[in-house]
Amino acid sequence: MSLPRLVSAVSFPWLTVLGALPLAGAVLLAVLPRRTGAEAAKLVGFGVALLTLVLALIMLTRFEVGEGGFQLVEQYEWISAIGATYSLGVDGIGLTLILLTTILSPVVLLASWRDGHEGRWSVNAYVAWMLALEGLAIGVFAATDVFLFYVLFEATLIPVYFLIGGFGGPRRSYAAVKFLLFSLFGGLLMLASVIGLYVVSARAGDPSYLLTTLRELPMQEWTGRLLFLGFFVAFAIKAPMWPVHTWLPDAAAQATPGTSVLLVSVLDKVGTFGMIRFCLQLFPEASQWASPVVIALAVFSVLYGALLAVGQDDIRRLVAYTSVSHFGFIVLGIFAFTTQSGSGSTFYMFNHGLSTAALFLLTGFLVARHGSPFISDFGGVQKVAPVLAGLLLVAGLSSLSLPGLSPFVSEFLVLAGTFTTSVTAAVLATLGIVLAALYILLMYQRTMTGPLRADNERIRDLRAFEVLALAPVFLLIVGLGFYPQPMLDVINPAVATVYEQVGVSDPVPDVPVTTAEEVP
Amino acid sequence: MTSTFTSPSLEYSQLLPVLIVFAVALLGVLVEAFGPRRVRYPVQLTLTLAGLLAALAATIYVGVGLVSIGGGVAYGATAAQGSLAIDGPSVFTWGVLLVLSIISLLLVAERGLEGGVTAFAGQAAALPGTDAEREASTQGLEHTEVFPLMTFAIGGMLLFPASNDLLMMFVALEVLSLPLYLLCGLARRRRLLSQEAAVKYFLLGAFSSAFFLYGIALLYGFAGSFTMAALDEAVRERLDGQGLLLGGMALVAVGLLFKVAAAPFHAWTPDVYQGAPTSITAFMAACTKIAAFGALLRVFYAGLGSARWDWQPMVWGVAIITMLVGSVLAITQSDVKRMLAYSSIAHAGFILVGFAGVFGGGANGLGFTSLASVLFYLTAYGFSTIGAFAVVMMVRDAGGETTALARWAGLGRHSPVLAGVMAFFLLAFAGIPLTSGFIGKWTVFSAAWSGGAWPLVVVGVLASAIAAFFYVRVIVVMFFSDPVGAGPSVARSSPMTSAVIAVAVVMTVLLGIVPGPLLDLTQQLGAFVR
Repeated sequence: MSLPRLVSAVSFPWLTVLGALPLAGAVLLAVLPRRTGAEAAKLVGFGVALLTLVLALIMLTRFEVGEGGFQLVEQYEWISAIGATYSLGVDGIGLTLILLTTILSPVVLLASWRDGHEGRWSVNAYVAWMLALEGLAIGVFAATDVFLFYVLFEATLIPVYFLIGGFGGPRRSYAAVKFLLFSLFGGLLMLASVIGLYVVSARAGDPSYLLTTLRELPMQEWTGRLLFLGFFVAFAIKAPMWPVHTWLPDAAAQATPGTSVLLVSVLDKVGTFGMIRFCLQLFPEASQWASPVVIALAVFSVLYGALLAVGQDDIRRLVAYTSVSHFGFIVLGIFAFTTQSGSGSTFYMFNHGLSTAALFLLTGFLVARHGSPFISDFGGVQKVAPVLAGLLLVAGLSSLSLPGLSPFVSEFLVLAGTFTTSVTAAVLATLGIVLAALYILLMYQRTMTGPLRADNERIRDLRAFEVLALAPVFLLIVGLGFYPQPMLDVINPAVATVYEQVGVSDPVPDVPVTTAEEVP
Repeated sequence: MTSTFTSPSLEYSQLLPVLIVFAVALLGVLVEAFGPRRVRYPVQLTLTLAGLLAALAATIYVGVGLVSIGGGVAYGATAAQGSLAIDGPSVFTWGVLLVLSIISLLLVAERGLEGGVTAFAGQAAALPGTDAEREASTQGLEHTEVFPLMTFAIGGMLLFPASNDLLMMFVALEVLSLPLYLLCGLARRRRLLSQEAAVKYFLLGAFSSAFFLYGIALLYGFAGSFTMAALDEAVRERLDGQGLLLGGMALVAVGLLFKVAAAPFHAWTPDVYQGAPTSITAFMAACTKIAAFGALLRVFYAGLGSARWDWQPMVWGVAIITMLVGSVLAITQSDVKRMLAYSSIAHAGFILVGFAGVFGGGANGLGFTSLASVLFYLTAYGFSTIGAFAVVMMVRDAGGETTALARWAGLGRHSPVLAGVMAFFLLAFAGIPLTSGFIGKWTVFSAAWSGGAWPLVVVGVLASAIAAFFYVRVIVVMFFSDPVGAGPSVARSSPMTSAVIAVAVVMTVLLGIVPGPLLDLTQQLGAFVR
């Protein structure tokens, strides 16, 4: 028995249990007799998600803050013939995203208490798919074996496909297929690269898919670049970046708000997470080679997403396009190759998850109350629904990175880091913030302020459970806005380790610093 | 001139699986001749099932007893005067073929779906729409000849990939093909379609057999012998007669590629898959493909391996055309069986990608060999495809099976379990992880890449993306479309069909999550013996 196996056999398998708990919940819901009713299914789902959150918080206490490498490692043999192992582990980056997943899942399940009834299937199925998605997402963020990551990455498509296709708007089937085909196309390109990695690794000696082994693998220049492309395109589709973003607005407009939150806030993060974890670490040379183009695409996504958001009338498509813009920022920070921007991007993933969740859920409440998703059908809603309007304003302001709310910190870090390596990109991306103010405030002004439209009078304010569901999200947005240090303490060492492996160091300030010893 | 007849020496214990199968087939004929009509069905079913199980046990016995050659480079030896090779790949193929034949047999024997009779014509000789036909069906007649016919086909399939001699291979090809032609034409419902399929299959099959035979003749002219060993030696040592070699190679390839349903020799596949009784389609889709790929690998690796620079470009071309034709044409299909036929063409293309890699293991013996990857893929695909056709058998309306895709709308609401199972098979065909199809794709693509055929891998990946589209389309129809009219109903089958579906699901899951044991086995089969 090898040493790591012995060690992990002794310690508690936190990550496996954390991922398996929601999956077990999903199975339980699938076999739950239909006559127990929708309420019972929702209670079970919410309970399981809450339990997972508690477990994640306990796991947090076992995490050594300040360490850059993988922790809570589990490793077992899986398919030895192809060098695949079942190995899990988290660093600060993975932990951040697992936290995001476990926080948002109970929020979503509580907030969408009234969704899923008009779907094709029972509420049981809706809740079960959501839990399955949570479990698989946790696995994706925890996988430290490329093969395992790929398997889980592709497996997440199934719950999302059925969530979009089974529950949502009239064109949900079209949206679900579009989502699936885009994702499958990217996934298959990545499969080619995954196979390529195996071949390179087998030629070098012992075939292995362990991230830690593959990092040390010598690779020819062009082999690395081609393999990088396979991974990058898949992640860019997932993220989504221009020009492969077109599935997102359709999916977000047709899916239920809860599905949209899990899709955009959690699952799309796999794209940017994968860029840091796999593109950068496995192909450092290729990442630097590609960075000018990637930065250009990222800046374009920032501006393009923002401009299209300004022009949207469908409020859900608007939120989707803001996400395209925000994902541009995240990718920009990753490929600017400074620890500052990289940490900013990782923190941005967390914050974007929170603020987008708030936006999707609040606009979802609004749309469900009025039956129309179009901004032009609303007016003066704050007079009848002040709490809804107030929370929407805060969520909107967080999306446009108002200082004092957590997205500001991350956006600032990204731009400050980018500025040291590429002034042009940073300046252009800053325009995205201006546009953000435009799309958020215009949307708020048109829907919430002004004279109350006659048909808007019956829009009722938020119910207590809806406020309760959103409360943790807003608390985090405000709390981390004022005191982001705990999160950054978790993230910084991990990001620093990644960039160390890539072999880039932060640019030194241009102004010569003279120290006492140098003075003759 | 005195000629003395020397009786050939036969290794009976080594040939036991084949001998059992043929003996059972002959006994089946006797049962048809002398058994009273009442008892034929139970007797035939028991006999065939017992025979196939015995053959499977014998195969395991033969496999365990294979002798290692050259320290594990290969296992086994030639048998029957050098005309058969009982080696690792042969025995593995036999095992898989027999297992898949047994589960196909359960589908063939299904009587629950047609109201107490099998899905085969009551009296094949009665013309469709005549009084004779009506009389046969009111009397509840059924052709139990399908059992010996199927057993003969299985016997041919066992011989085909084990043939170490081109003439033997031709005989095996005919033994496996002729019963299949007949079986295709015996459908109880839509008999004209079925008969048309049989005629098409027969004519095109005869045509391709002729190509194959001509190719054998040319190769004989080149090597002066039919055996793989002589062929291999001639390829390595003779410099003249290259025209004979190339011509023979091409013609033999045509015959074999026809059987695996590779483009441009695929034209028969959709018609035959659609017209044949569905249980026979399942049997052909899984077992014929395995036998034919086994033979293809043997001829081109064991016999013509040294000439691979000559045939590899051809295989590249055929693989690309096959993948694209299969996946693109499948998109336009409106019939589930035809769609599955084009899907089987696309899968033949993916398997050819692994074949084209010609990868025999890295410098240190690492990596998936082409042989191992192809055999794994065939096994995984065989189980899923039989399962998928079994589902097709169960979706019915008043006119029998409803294979029109549009009629499947709303199946997910009617019978969520069956639709879910079908969706699972389709996801396996599409190569989604956690299914056997994914591991299969991984193995053939990695073998191809290791052999330097990475452009083929890229084309394969793109073709998979196209293929995913039509698999997903069926899922959309089943789950997200509203039923038209009364919608399809799912007939209550006997436990046999349910058992087949259950086995197929379990194998598709198992080979997707813990493929390790089978992967290790395929890697330890060793090379072909010649």
